Amino acid sequence: MAERVAITGVGQTKYDTKRADVSIAGLCREAAVRALEDASVTWNDIDAVVIGKAPDMFEGVVMPELYLADAMGATGKPMMRVHTAGSVGGSTALVAAGLVKAGIHKRVLTMAFEKQSESDAMWALAMRIPFQPALVAGAGGYFAPHIRAYIRRSNAPDHIGILVAVKDRQNALKNPYAHLHLEDISYEKVAESMMIWDPLRYLESCPSSDGACAMVVAAEDSVSGDRAPAWFAGTAMRSEATQFAGRDQVNPQAGKDCAKEVYRQAGISDPRREIDAAEIYVPFSWYEPMWMENLFFAPEGEGWKMTDSGATAIDGDMPINPSGGVLSSNPIGASGMIRYAEAAMQIRGQAGEHQIDGVRTAMGHAYGGGAQFYSMCILTKDKP
Amino acid sequence: MPERGEGTIVERPLRLDYDYTAGLAQSRFLKGIAQKKILGERCPKCGKVYVGSRGSCPTDGVATDGGEVDLPHKGTLTTFCVVNVPFAGQSVECPYASGYILLDGADIPLMGLIQEIPHDQVRMGLRVEAVWEDEVGPTLQSIKYWKPTGEPDADYETYKMHL
Amino acid sequence: MVLRATGKAGSPFAAVLGRRPVRTISASGAAAYLGEAMRDVAIVATAQSPALRKEERRNEVEILMPVIHELRENAKLDQDDIGFTVSGSCDYLQGQPFAFVTALDAIGPWPPIDESHVEMDGAWALYEAWVRLQHGDIDTALVYSFGKSSPGDIRRILTLQLDPYYLVPMWPDPVALAALQARALLESDGVSEKDMAEVVARSRKHAKDNPNAQLKGDVDVDQLLNEPMYLSPLRKHDCPPITDGAAAVILAAGDKAREITDRPAWIRGIDHRIEPHSLGVRDLTDSPSTRKAGEVAGVGSGKVDVAELYAPFSHQEIILRRALGLGDGVNVNPSGGALAANAVMVAGLLRVIEAAQRIMDGSADRAVAHATSGPALQQNLVAVLEGE
Repeated sequence: MAERVAITGVGQTKYDTKRADVSIAGLCREAAVRALEDASVTWNDIDAVVIGKAPDMFEGVVMPELYLADAMGATGKPMMRVHTAGSVGGSTALVAAGLVKAGIHKRVLTMAFEKQSESDAMWALAMRIPFQPALVAGAGGYFAPHIRAYIRRSNAPDHIGILVAVKDRQNALKNPYAHLHLEDISYEKVAESMMIWDPLRYLESCPSSDGACAMVVAAEDSVSGDRAPAWFAGTAMRSEATQFAGRDQVNPQAGKDCAKEVYRQAGISDPRREIDAAEIYVPFSWYEPMWMENLFFAPEGEGWKMTDSGATAIDGDMPINPSGGVLSSNPIGASGMIRYAEAAMQIRGQAGEHQIDGVRTAMGHAYGGGAQFYSMCILTKDKP
Repeated sequence: MPERGEGTIVERPLRLDYDYTAGLAQSRFLKGIAQKKILGERCPKCGKVYVGSRGSCPTDGVATDGGEVDLPHKGTLTTFCVVNVPFAGQSVECPYASGYILLDGADIPLMGLIQEIPHDQVRMGLRVEAVWEDEVGPTLQSIKYWKPTGEPDADYETYKMHL
Repeated sequence: MVLRATGKAGSPFAAVLGRRPVRTISASGAAAYLGEAMRDVAIVATAQSPALRKEERRNEVEILMPVIHELRENAKLDQDDIGFTVSGSCDYLQGQPFAFVTALDAIGPWPPIDESHVEMDGAWALYEAWVRLQHGDIDTALVYSFGKSSPGDIRRILTLQLDPYYLVPMWPDPVALAALQARALLESDGVSEKDMAEVVARSRKHAKDNPNAQLKGDVDVDQLLNEPMYLSPLRKHDCPPITDGAAAVILAAGDKAREITDRPAWIRGIDHRIEPHSLGVRDLTDSPSTRKAGEVAGVGSGKVDVAELYAPFSHQEIILRRALGLGDGVNVNPSGGALAANAVMVAGLLRVIEAAQRIMDGSADRAVAHATSGPALQQNLVAVLEGE
């Protein structure tokens, strides 16, 4: 009961618009094998498998974990499938960590994926429900009005979103797994890109990617591998309803509650000072300043100042998404787990060109649905 | 649709038909729409007026059966976006503005299309009213779109808690 | 009048080629007792909707809401008293992505709650809640599950559970796969069509006492055998009905459980296992994953009074009984089981509920609950419940 849990291995696939070179199983296995290798364990060392992905309609396979059992080495073992909308990659990792924390298993393989090219995510998201006109154009169309409300509320200057889009794409150039490698990314390029969902431009939006991410989570006495693990110092999930009277859609309560809980567990009182790097779920540029406030990195109304001053840049005092983030790679179901994996890589010093020096405390964050589902973790270099 | 690789793609078109049940609350709402009425329902616990509810007050988890409210057909555009790209199943030509309309007396906004105003002049706080189709039925498509009423814009303070 | 319309969801699609030891299976495959004791967790309240062939008036939220209200009433708890909430459901049943999202409205998640969802039968949501309670920081959890099998073509939908490259293009639906399994069983040893019909007759008879069952009554085995074949060797009555429904459970740990009810149904062991997906590499006449889960859950370590087995097809009950080593003295499926009502995604959780009810009402001291998922019993969960 309440065992310490560590991430001992991470594995990612190359993210791309279409990974036509592999099947769904092949894609998932690519990430899983890399995670096992990183942890220096084999399939036989794994006690259970926890799989996550966003809606099944993104691939057209109902409960695909059943078909993936063989490829994930799960046969004869317990296997679970989590689906909590966009936050699922994070929630999946937490369900896996929860099995170890409870003392039920020693080592759990967790994997999240999306192979959006096999169906049509825009179609799945804009599915026509009878009696209602189809007005919301995908996720961007859903979030754009809330971004407008944030801009109005905070009086943020228009260029903030562009700064985030440029920063994350520049970071992605340092990450070999990132989907978008836009060598010629620039402020002008983003500013001139098409305004798809006004106030959101094309280059301020995430791509649609194929990809998978996997991690090995282990109990204290089962830590393995050549590299020191990243320890879970705090884990939390929070949900609220999608729409309710008086819901704050710009700075949702569930996000604030989730952050408070994860900081409480990790003993963090000043997140901006105490957290060295964070991988935050930012699928649309403006969500960076919005989450800076929701996560208490900045006072309400001042999140955009962090972006504006360069504080969130890779060399800033609060680096956000050194990997390039969701804006550079977005296999939806995996995107949350990638945040956790990248946070773990920063702790473990394995982030290569996008490594930030001296990371001892890092945050992984995922949100989903209409920003009503949250999953967060604090990872540390020192055993909590 | 993925590009065809050399012998690596199999196409598997699939079709599934569903009978969609609107439910009790939504049926009441849509039957109102068929009579050119926009009916809200009060939560018996918190007293908030829900419009187009799925059947429950999402904060109290109880049926919104605390009384019907015949809402006026005008309200305030709280926030919106302008859609410039077509997408599958889209019913309007681009560019168009769609947004959240908080009817006077309601506590939750309805989604709607904003017309009869250039899309680059649409703004938060705009006062709008429903324009109905000639033929109405039990579908939200009976409201053709929402147009400006000509009233002065609503003060931000009056709707900021609905953002 | 209730409004209905037919929605089309079709898309071009392409695919690229207490403090008692609980046993766990270590990676080496050997069963081993965990050094540390697990926390005692019990089912303390349950609720379920009636099983309906087609619920045309109420949507998922409206089916679920009264179930949740009844549940909380039974436990005398509010949502504020619940430490963790988790649900199980399947988007494709409803034909909408994120179907579970609106269902949350039935709970009233305000202030925000610690919540999760599995795209699995509710029995696995219950497993997640049991795990969450082991962490020790909370004492209660609410588990719910909903599923309308009627809006779409459930056989086509469940076919999409199969390998998308090799199996789905042939559209072998779950009834066809179950028929393959039944044939393998009939050809293997000693099992006859009469044995299958006896399962059906007993199920219908038991269901007479279950106000929530759909198919019930006294049927004669010979009469059943005179019915025409449906998908040989399955007759219609060997297959489950189509059902819409919802169910929910509250779990509580230790003294909190005793506070809520006089006779909690303690979860003494719970485990689940999955088998290969490819039918060609499985022995369809056996359910090794059920056997293994049963061993880990501790089925064999005491007398079993009642077993609720999720066997959507009659012959599967025979396979499951063998795998769990349940003898003639065990009262199997007193609720009527899945042959009496089969709300997909709910039916597994219902087995746990029905088993727990027998403990809670004092009619049984030790019960086994089983849930399954996937084609031809691919994945199985077993729980052992006891009174104090």
